[in-house]
Amino acid sequence: MPTSAGDALDADGAGRNRWIAVASAVVLAAAAGYAFAWHEVLGAAALALLAAAAGAFAARASRTLPRPAEESTASPDNAQPSITLDSLENAAVLVDRDFGILSMNAEAVDAFGAHALGEDIRIAIRHPAVIETVTTAMRQNRDSIREIEGIGRHSTVFRLRAGPAGDARLLLSFADVSPARLAERMRADFVANASHELRTPLATLVGFIETLQGPAANDPAARARFLDVMANEAARMTRLVDDLMSLSRIELDKNIRPREIIDLAPLFENVATTSAVSLEADKRQLVMTIEPELPQVIADKDQVLQVLHNLMTNAIKYGRAGTPITVTAERAKALQGEVVRIAIADVGDGIAAEHIPRLTERFYRVDTGRSRRLGGTGLGLAIAKHIVERHRGTLEITSEQGVGTTVSFTLPASVSQI
Amino acid sequence: MNTTPTAHTVKSFDEDLRQLRLLIGEMGGLAKDQVDRSVAAIVARDAEAAQAVVQSDPRIDRIEAEVEQLAIATIARRAPLADDLREVIAALKISAVIERIGDYAKNNAKRVNSIAQDSPIRPMVIVPEMARIVSQMVDDALDAYARRDPELARDVWKRDNSVDEYYNSLFRALLTFMMENPHHITPSTHMLFIAKNLERIGDHATNIAEVVYYSATGEHLTDRQKADETVYTVSEDVEGEQER
Repeated sequence: MPTSAGDALDADGAGRNRWIAVASAVVLAAAAGYAFAWHEVLGAAALALLAAAAGAFAARASRTLPRPAEESTASPDNAQPSITLDSLENAAVLVDRDFGILSMNAEAVDAFGAHALGEDIRIAIRHPAVIETVTTAMRQNRDSIREIEGIGRHSTVFRLRAGPAGDARLLLSFADVSPARLAERMRADFVANASHELRTPLATLVGFIETLQGPAANDPAARARFLDVMANEAARMTRLVDDLMSLSRIELDKNIRPREIIDLAPLFENVATTSAVSLEADKRQLVMTIEPELPQVIADKDQVLQVLHNLMTNAIKYGRAGTPITVTAERAKALQGEVVRIAIADVGDGIAAEHIPRLTERFYRVDTGRSRRLGGTGLGLAIAKHIVERHRGTLEITSEQGVGTTVSFTLPASVSQI
Repeated sequence: MNTTPTAHTVKSFDEDLRQLRLLIGEMGGLAKDQVDRSVAAIVARDAEAAQAVVQSDPRIDRIEAEVEQLAIATIARRAPLADDLREVIAALKISAVIERIGDYAKNNAKRVNSIAQDSPIRPMVIVPEMARIVSQMVDDALDAYARRDPELARDVWKRDNSVDEYYNSLFRALLTFMMENPHHITPSTHMLFIAKNLERIGDHATNIAEVVYYSATGEHLTDRQKADETVYTVSEDVEGEQER
């Protein structure tokens, strides 16, 4: 019997197709019987068969054929929301009426940590303004929007929008508005910093120009000497402006993580090449200890190069002539996972402990006179720290007076290499 | 099955614990926010914002009272043992610590009014940077509690030294600054107290981390050495730092 054969193979698609073929054959036979019936009775029998076949077909079909509407709503809690959240650009979190986190997209995991999933937002995110906004949205059953500072791991400024998302759920979307805020603040900072730091070289320039216009107008020896000094001061101002600009750019990007995967070896070679001349002049050696099979890192190549260059310049400036500079790179474990730790160590006077926490402050100088003499802008370590923080790494300075200083930083290792 | 007395007891004990953890989370979130807002008010010399911080402190106190009641009721009703008891005691201890953090933030906020009267002082620049580290420690200690993560707790615990370094640095800077001009003494003294309060908040974050570590592992974090050198600092020692 066709139906039992169909039942036996009900589970797979081949069985279903065969059953449909059998049913169509029955229908066709019945139809043909009706069309060629030479007697009323035979025609009526054929019609009855056709009707029976159609009825059986319909009943069978409703049992076995897929029902599209039902399948797409089968799992509303799991599959669907995560797809929706992932397509959102902002950090997005879906919570239920009891503040429990149902799902998060990758941006939200980055901001609040993977552990927050399934947790109560009152424990996982905690910020009172977030909880208030969510409570308001829940109670009034409409969107509630608020700008909130100091939530998540990286203390970003977010504009939180909490709104009902159906099925007694709430969608929280966190738009990162810190770049706008930072840009505002930085304009003020820039004016303050620049006016203070640029005034000194500018005053020097003005002084020499006045001298050249007046008393030294006809003194070729003095003119040559003054022009040298002026060129130096102008160069320092240019470096200062360059450094300030790059610091601003790095600060603006600080919440955008680098995505490139790069090898560190070429960068070390680059630093060795560019510092060769000044090392030679001081009769110093560069000792590189790079761990074999160092993993690749997730980093912005130019920025890492800038960090290496800044740290190298410091080591050359503040280390003693004739002593070696040591660069080491090795893999290490940090709280965030596998990292590569790079350290640059010099042998020199070192830095007193009370200065160390402030070294990465803009324009902080242990010895202003010496820094100026050596052509520093007071921004090298501030830039390095900002770059490392953007990479979610840490910058550490250790120093012993009379022995030397070691500056180390970490970069996240590329996961595929672990 | 669900109606047997054992299952019922366990279930509501879990509910009590969950409630305790929620209260700690809420309280911790408030306290960290108070720290952030008080520092923002100090930097902006905004007396109104500072007043708002002072006014929201009682919320933390209320939650602390709630935690205490619930913890005592839980111990009385369920007589928890071993791990469970440790968890309730941890909540009790942590809530007391968070309440202190709130108090320090309030004390800092109270000083804004006076600071705003004087002109801004140079060594101030260290405060926001120090506060950033302290606030992150508080946040991470609470995260460690939320996740029952002993490794994060240990990490917070280790960071306390860098806060002490900041404090020492600021202490020296302020001594020098006060010697330059007697007019600097009032704002500098306030700044000194603010820094000390921040340093205490860092210590308290460390305390939370210790409790979390103990409650997760049953072991104590070994004694850390204090890096507060200011007890030995005399004004003759102070030098450098004139630039800027």
